[in-house]
Amino acid sequence: MLKKVAVIGGGVAGLEAARQLAALGYQTTVYEKNDHAGGHTSEWDRLFPNRRPAVEVVDTLKSQLNGNPAIVLSTPITELLPNGDKFTLKTNNKSFEADAVLIATGFELFQAERKEEYGYGIYDNVITSAELEKMFTEHGAPLMRNGEKPKRVAFVHCVGSRDEKVNHLYCSKVCCVTAVKQAIEAKEAIPEAEIFCLYMDLRMFGPGYEELYKEAQQKGINFIRGRLSEASELDGGRLLIKTEDTLASRPLKMSVDMLVLMVGMTPAEGTSKLIYNLGLKPNADGFIGVSDYHLKPSETGIRGVYTAGACSGPNNITDSINSARSAVVEIHRYLSVKEP
Amino acid sequence: MIDFGYAPLKINIHDLDKADLSLMDWITARDESFRLCIACGSCTATCTAGNFTNFSFRELCHSIRRGEVEKAVRESEKCMLCGKCTLVCPRNVNTRNIIKLVRKANQNFRV
Repeated sequence: MLKKVAVIGGGVAGLEAARQLAALGYQTTVYEKNDHAGGHTSEWDRLFPNRRPAVEVVDTLKSQLNGNPAIVLSTPITELLPNGDKFTLKTNNKSFEADAVLIATGFELFQAERKEEYGYGIYDNVITSAELEKMFTEHGAPLMRNGEKPKRVAFVHCVGSRDEKVNHLYCSKVCCVTAVKQAIEAKEAIPEAEIFCLYMDLRMFGPGYEELYKEAQQKGINFIRGRLSEASELDGGRLLIKTEDTLASRPLKMSVDMLVLMVGMTPAEGTSKLIYNLGLKPNADGFIGVSDYHLKPSETGIRGVYTAGACSGPNNITDSINSARSAVVEIHRYLSVKEP
Repeated sequence: MIDFGYAPLKINIHDLDKADLSLMDWITARDESFRLCIACGSCTATCTAGNFTNFSFRELCHSIRRGEVEKAVRESEKCMLCGKCTLVCPRNVNTRNIIKLVRKANQNFRV
């Protein structure tokens, strides 16, 4: 009889893992809570570092599935229970069985309202990086609430990351390069606009990232080394922002038309509950803890349950794809080889 | 001595072989959070005193790490101990306490 594998989450990691599992002959089902697959990538306009349309990646992943394995949409898995040497997955009123489970529940964006001093949800033209992506998709440019193009835009790095005041010590990895990408795109969309990036460190760790940073410099993006302390609204709706220009050792203030908050990654709500019944606990950052960060990055400590993608910590797409394939090898070994 | 109008240049290099790091060690022994600064500048950006004087708490801490004890002590006097920096520090450095320790160290060590 065909062995069943359940993939929880239909983002890039879940889709890639499902394709590979099906190719190995497993009866694979992807359970996706939203009404569409592709996860956060499906909400994005273009991807770093080469600014390729995100839809290309999502569509390729989906077309490779070709109906096998099945993707069950609008089906949030709320409970995951051991059941002999199998597992039971429960949603609102249904339950499913599987011989092995891959958790690929991904991440959620940091809720920018929590950094109240930045004014998100209070001032009109304070937006998140995710909202800017939507603007690029819909209008091809950043637009203020009144429909006009901003003349000065500031990108704020590390919103909800590297910040113990919101209990997130960790770095979300991808926001630095995303800010640089979006800064370039904003400049290209509105060449007369002044664009600023307020950063602490620029973590350009991937291939092509440092090149993107250099391109931003060449295109006239201004970099200010300091963390934003607060934003307030001026008469007429412009925003006054304050930071320390740490390279000059002096406080700095400036007015901008639009503030873009580079929101980090947080553990997806429900993931810790999902692993609770298996006796698993989240790691210090709240993501799924893996058995061995270096040597067993796909294993959870429960045989038959594996993890891939950003549910075990911030990841870019490449790392999510790689982790999906790594998890598939472990699942294959588990299901086809008797001894551990 | 005849004043020729010039003098040997003052060396402008931080020489960590000769730096006096006693204040850094003394403070760190009493408040380990001193080690945790990532130089983001949030403290200085929110600083009440820094709006009117050239006071940067981040720079003060750096002076201590480079052995510029006199500068650190001098700068610490500009702080009004309002504690806003403590509220914003993303690494939970006990900033206000660091200032108090610098002042205390100065009193203890002064001849």
